[in-house]
Amino acid sequence: MAITLSDHAIPRPPLSARLSTPQVWGILLLAPYLLVFLAFVLYPVGYGLWLARHPQSYVELYNDPIFARAAVNTLIFLVIGINVKMLIALFLSGFFVQQRAWIRWLSVLFILPWAVPSIPTILSVRFMLNPEWGVVNHIIFSLTGDDGPNWLNDPTVALTMAIGVHIWKSLPFWTLILMTGRLAISNDLFEAAAVDGASFWQKFRYITWPSMQTLYITCTLLSMIWTLGDFNSVYLLTGGGPADLTHVLSTLGIRYLRLDQLNLAMASIVCALPLVLPLVYFMMKRLSR
Amino acid sequence: MKLPTLREIGTEAKLLLIGIPVLIWTLVPIYHMFLFAISPKEDAFSGKLWPDHPTLHNFEIVFRQQHYFLRDFWMQFGNSTVIALATGALTLFIATTAAFSISRLRAPGGRAMMNLALFTYFIPAAFLAVPMYRTMGNYGLLNSHWSLILAMVTIASPYAIWVLKQASDKLPVELDEAATMDGATTLQLFRLVYVPLMMPSLVAVGTYAILLAWNEYLYAFLLLSKDTDITLPVALGNFLAADDSPWELLMTTGFIYALPPAAIYYAFRRYMVGGLTAGAVKS
Repeated sequence: MAITLSDHAIPRPPLSARLSTPQVWGILLLAPYLLVFLAFVLYPVGYGLWLARHPQSYVELYNDPIFARAAVNTLIFLVIGINVKMLIALFLSGFFVQQRAWIRWLSVLFILPWAVPSIPTILSVRFMLNPEWGVVNHIIFSLTGDDGPNWLNDPTVALTMAIGVHIWKSLPFWTLILMTGRLAISNDLFEAAAVDGASFWQKFRYITWPSMQTLYITCTLLSMIWTLGDFNSVYLLTGGGPADLTHVLSTLGIRYLRLDQLNLAMASIVCALPLVLPLVYFMMKRLSR
Repeated sequence: MKLPTLREIGTEAKLLLIGIPVLIWTLVPIYHMFLFAISPKEDAFSGKLWPDHPTLHNFEIVFRQQHYFLRDFWMQFGNSTVIALATGALTLFIATTAAFSISRLRAPGGRAMMNLALFTYFIPAAFLAVPMYRTMGNYGLLNSHWSLILAMVTIASPYAIWVLKQASDKLPVELDEAATMDGATTLQLFRLVYVPLMMPSLVAVGTYAILLAWNEYLYAFLLLSKDTDITLPVALGNFLAADDSPWELLMTTGFIYALPPAAIYYAFRRYMVGGLTAGAVKS
């Protein structure tokens, strides 16, 4: 008690005197972002969580077969899709670091899917897969004389195609990142290994992988977080169909929103949080160092 | 000149065996789009790999807005441009001031602000879209271009701040000290020392924000609805509403829409690769 009293006994200098001029400017210059954060991140997130507060929403969600299907689809998208993509990226990064003029040219073209907007290219794929007029079935017909399958009408095939579109779009980016990782490895190591007669596989196992595994795992996690928010690949290719069987959580949330079931939209997102938050926590620890 | 050994030919063949499928995989959807853009309607649907009579007629129809789906093409092109540029400018302003404050002025609470920004960066965009839609409604901004601009700034700033902070941490402290000794005020330090030195990163971040806003579909589709307000990607999505969509015109519009970002990307590739990808994942 005595300590608190003596604390109050000495008047603290006013705020302006305790901060130096640069610090005052520092706070002022942070204000624009702080305002954006408060108005467009904190308020929406808080409001959204408040909307998702009723247990009833979760019961409804649990009883909606589309939700269960979307959750499974999301897991397939993340666990299979992302890992396949990252393995291909790891492999191709090894291809693109080869010193050849034509490979350098190819790498310039290879970036195109990342550089162009996704909407027109996804729609282009969608039309290629059109059962009647699409070029894919035209080729199948001219080769075999049989009609090709109705690609986007089978949920498994349609989801696979959506994953394919996602891979097509983001593969160049991850290959580029993994390439920088490979280029950072000292060439001396490979030369020494070559002298010792190491095989291709041994070089990868004992030199490349140990120096790249942290980067690789970080990339995989980051890609998973971003893919959770990938709305375009599914929505523009399949529209969630056939019969709402190819939804993922991101398109399902928007579907509920369009149907004016905002509580369900938010509840479906809240259900994804146990998956998202550990990933976010891990990434923040890595990036804020 | 030495003849290549059998072993070298083997290596080359293996590389080609990887390279050719990669090339085909990369180009097919883009080539398909281009093919539709230069094909008359009959050729487009015939499944040929090159049209019998390539034409630029589709481009003429789009540019002259001679189709029901295209009657507001130039308006939508303008909307996309204005929104992208405004997002770029606002993001640059917000991110540069924040990065300067956090990294150079060591503002109290700067570290916490950085963490909040990083947290925002990791919220999947489609998840934030749901409450964002309602928030914009509450603010009375729905169907106004400001709603999309502000949403895009919200999504672009965290990464922009992070990249700029990483870059400005590398500038030597002595620079600020020397300028302050010479009597520079904080604002002069910002304007005359900091911004010029950060130029390459600022170009990268500005380009990033512009491309992000130009390419955005989901938020544009939620926040804007009137035909004269929407951006090009939403107009492209609207083509799907009809059963007898004019696919050759859709692909032509898509091709025109894809050109500016691709050109910007390749023009600033040096900055983008140096400034963004290196910072994207710190190992």
